[in-house]
Amino acid sequence: MAPDLVFDLPNDLASIEEAVDFVMERCSACGEDPRRLRLNLRIGLAEALANAMLYGNARDPSKRVKVEVAFHESTITAKVTDEGPGFDPYHLPDPTTPKNLMKAEGRGIFLMRKLLDEVHFNDRGNSVTLVLRLPPSRDDVGVDGGAMA
Amino acid sequence: MGFQVEKVNDVLVVDVEGQLIVGNRQELKQKVLDELENGERKFIVDFEKTGYIDSSGLGVLVSLSKKVRERGGELRLANLNEDLKTLFELTKLDTLFHIADSREAALKGL
Repeated sequence: MAPDLVFDLPNDLASIEEAVDFVMERCSACGEDPRRLRLNLRIGLAEALANAMLYGNARDPSKRVKVEVAFHESTITAKVTDEGPGFDPYHLPDPTTPKNLMKAEGRGIFLMRKLLDEVHFNDRGNSVTLVLRLPPSRDDVGVDGGAMA
Repeated sequence: MGFQVEKVNDVLVVDVEGQLIVGNRQELKQKVLDELENGERKFIVDFEKTGYIDSSGLGVLVSLSKKVRERGGELRLANLNEDLKTLFELTKLDTLFHIADSREAALKGL
């Protein structure tokens, strides 16, 4: 299925906020659970974009980040792709251990996995797809994430 | 958006207005480190006007907390809204920081 939004960003951290706002504003079905949008999707998408720019594209201003977003009845899917060589997302340290808690880095992907319902990386490791499920009712607001990938 | 600094008794309070993210974390870091160099030892970071923190923002708070402690001081957090509290709980950083519900509560005992 073709995405609803496709755009690319310069490798500039200052472009992240506007890009995330752009996506959030265009989700017409997303009003059912504003907190999951405001917290889970906003932060998950912003983290993916920051990682793409800082680590994937290694802060190279000549590189770009591609964003593809699809709005379905019960899910929002956002795919973020950088131009870097990729990395291994499956052997990252747990930032919540006592040893790692005092480290300044290492919480971006952890937060993505906690806040989004699914987080999938491509084989190369330069593209991540985030999936947020939209609950059918407004009973429950909050985190309720927990991606296994 | 930005960081407003004021002195309350002998405590330096930094108000984070808007966001604490990868794009502005260095500014907060420099402000606090400059004050640390000036001899300040008690800090409160007040998030009453903050809507959003990302992982870089969390990281700079961890880094600052460590540096302040190394100099014999203390850094506390105040006025986290529910979203921000959730982030600290998810990352277990709520176990690392003294987090107060209000500036007044944070000032007590500092």
